[in-house]
Amino acid sequence: MKSGGKEVLKLEHATKQFGGLTAVDDVTFTIREGEIFGLIGPNGAGKTTIFNLINGVYALSGGKILFDGKTIAEGAAEGRKALQLKPFQIAQMGITRTFQNIRLFKNLSVYDNVLIACHRSANYSLFEPLLRLKGTRFSKQEKALKHKAEDLLDLMGLTFYRDVISVNLPYGLQRKLEIARALALDPKLLLLDEPAAGMNPEETDSLMQMIRSIRDKFDLTVLIIEHHMDLIMGVCDRIHVLNFGKSLAEGTPSQVQSSPAVIEAYLGAQDGCVKEGER
Amino acid sequence: MSWYYIEGILIQCGYVLMVVLGLSLLTGFAGLFSFGHAGFMAIGAYMAAIGTAKWGLPFFPALLMGGAAAGVVGAGLGSMTLNLKGDYFCIATLGFGEAVRLILENWEYVGGARGVSGIPWETNLNSVLIACVVGTLALMALIRSRHGRNIIAIREDELAAQMSGINTFRYKMIALIISAVYAGIGGGLLAHYMTYIQPKMFQMVKSTEYTIIVIFGGMGSVTGSIIGTLILTFLPEMLRSLDNWRLVIYGLAVIFIMVIRPRGLMGGMELSDIFRLPARRRAARMAAERIKSMEDAGAGKEAQR
Ligand SMILES: Nc1ncnc2c1ncn2[C@@H]1O[C@H](COP(=O)(O)OP(=O)(O)OP(=O)(O)O)[C@@H](O)[C@H]1O
Ligand SMILES: [Mg+2]
Repeated sequence: MKSGGKEVLKLEHATKQFGGLTAVDDVTFTIREGEIFGLIGPNGAGKTTIFNLINGVYALSGGKILFDGKTIAEGAAEGRKALQLKPFQIAQMGITRTFQNIRLFKNLSVYDNVLIACHRSANYSLFEPLLRLKGTRFSKQEKALKHKAEDLLDLMGLTFYRDVISVNLPYGLQRKLEIARALALDPKLLLLDEPAAGMNPEETDSLMQMIRSIRDKFDLTVLIIEHHMDLIMGVCDRIHVLNFGKSLAEGTPSQVQSSPAVIEAYLGAQDGCVKEGER
Repeated sequence: MSWYYIEGILIQCGYVLMVVLGLSLLTGFAGLFSFGHAGFMAIGAYMAAIGTAKWGLPFFPALLMGGAAAGVVGAGLGSMTLNLKGDYFCIATLGFGEAVRLILENWEYVGGARGVSGIPWETNLNSVLIACVVGTLALMALIRSRHGRNIIAIREDELAAQMSGINTFRYKMIALIISAVYAGIGGGLLAHYMTYIQPKMFQMVKSTEYTIIVIFGGMGSVTGSIIGTLILTFLPEMLRSLDNWRLVIYGLAVIFIMVIRPRGLMGGMELSDIFRLPARRRAARMAAERIKSMEDAGAGKEAQR
């Protein structure tokens, strides 16, 4: 476990309201460089909403989000207008994600899904592709993009499925492909929304290994939402627990597991989740 | 049938193809539907025609001027409407196309409803051929680059594209402007073939026809758009002797193709992909087999427990 590194992501009193519903209520936490940080809570606790706030899909109702020391979103307050970077800008700064309900480029091949996301590794202009000759900046960069996409497929064990239309992949592989696509932008922070959903125990195990190894290989910081307690407890350095949009507890897996508030929330709202983890 | 007659249809195919190529980028690749492309075509046609007939410019610069004018208007339209959700954008283009036609009808400098006549006859088989070859190659080159792939990503899933760091507004704008330029050049070619133009040549039915061609040929396929243009331009001409029935047959032909090939003639593939198809199919079959055996093994283990 690496800790005491510099702050990568910081939520300060983050709040999000949908009409009368407060989906995220005054949530504060800090993720440090190299950490694998878990975000857990019963269904509807506001986990995915937090991802959408970090990504800029939703604007904050209140509070502030900092990435690498820079403010990327800030709710309006007295004498201050709201600040909100656009989702693509936040992605370009180095935060990428996967989706709870997988969002691949469905009708494209596995390879094309990753190749598209490699686009930031090239900077040739709109007109350069018109001259398709060897040795131009266009062809050199394009070749580099292709290598990069192939390397990522290799890393995620998807090379064999390279030409398969992504929607035809089984669930587990689609989730891996989403991770490959997210890695293609060379992120600093990777957000994973229930990456083990629909996976069997072995797949979950190998996913755990993989999350650790990509963290080390790419010097990543990882924020992960998961209901699978085996995975969360096994892989995370620290965990933040939400319930009805509010922070309930934060700490190492063992601290969180023994917290009475957490046990009560889980037993009250959704039988069995923590127990399954303890089994 | 005389060569002269066929040549006429081929020239018609040529300027229609320029508009369809542009629309193919916008609809087939970026996934944005437009029912206003006749408007861009009209802008290109009028600008180029005024250039040659009124200002005495040579054909080629006038043609480019028409394309540029359409592109500028496209940029204006895009900056106002591309923030809208897909369906609203489509309705906005519909309004745009009709607005262009009505403005031209009421603008005396461009002849009102009578239009512009006395345009020099410059468009021939060579000029449409050059325009179409250059247009096709440039479009293919764009599509097979990071820019083209970013545009395709928008069609596939706009949110996922944004999360992949793609400035979707900018790329939709690029697609719309290029699309408008192509339509404008198509309009200029039309004007210098007919030697006169009138606002009623650019009615919404025209825009609809171009969209039908793109869908008929297959979304996301440049070669599909070309084949679609050829078939759907020649077909009504071939059936001219059937009078009004030809439109019925045209309609049935479109329905027939869409039923047997719901994703259009080429279904998102280029002609060159067809040669790679057997290898692709084999790879897909092998992958499917492996997936299946993995799932069976998984199910077996489940059962053991
Ligand atoms: N766009 C939206 N508009 C209105 N309400 C929303 C919206 N998105 C989420 N919510 C509400 O916010 C609450 C939190 O939802 P969220 O998706 O963040 O939960 P979650 O913790 O990810 O749950 P799950 O474990 O089921 O994925 C829910 O009550 C949900 O209905
Ligand atoms: Mg969720």
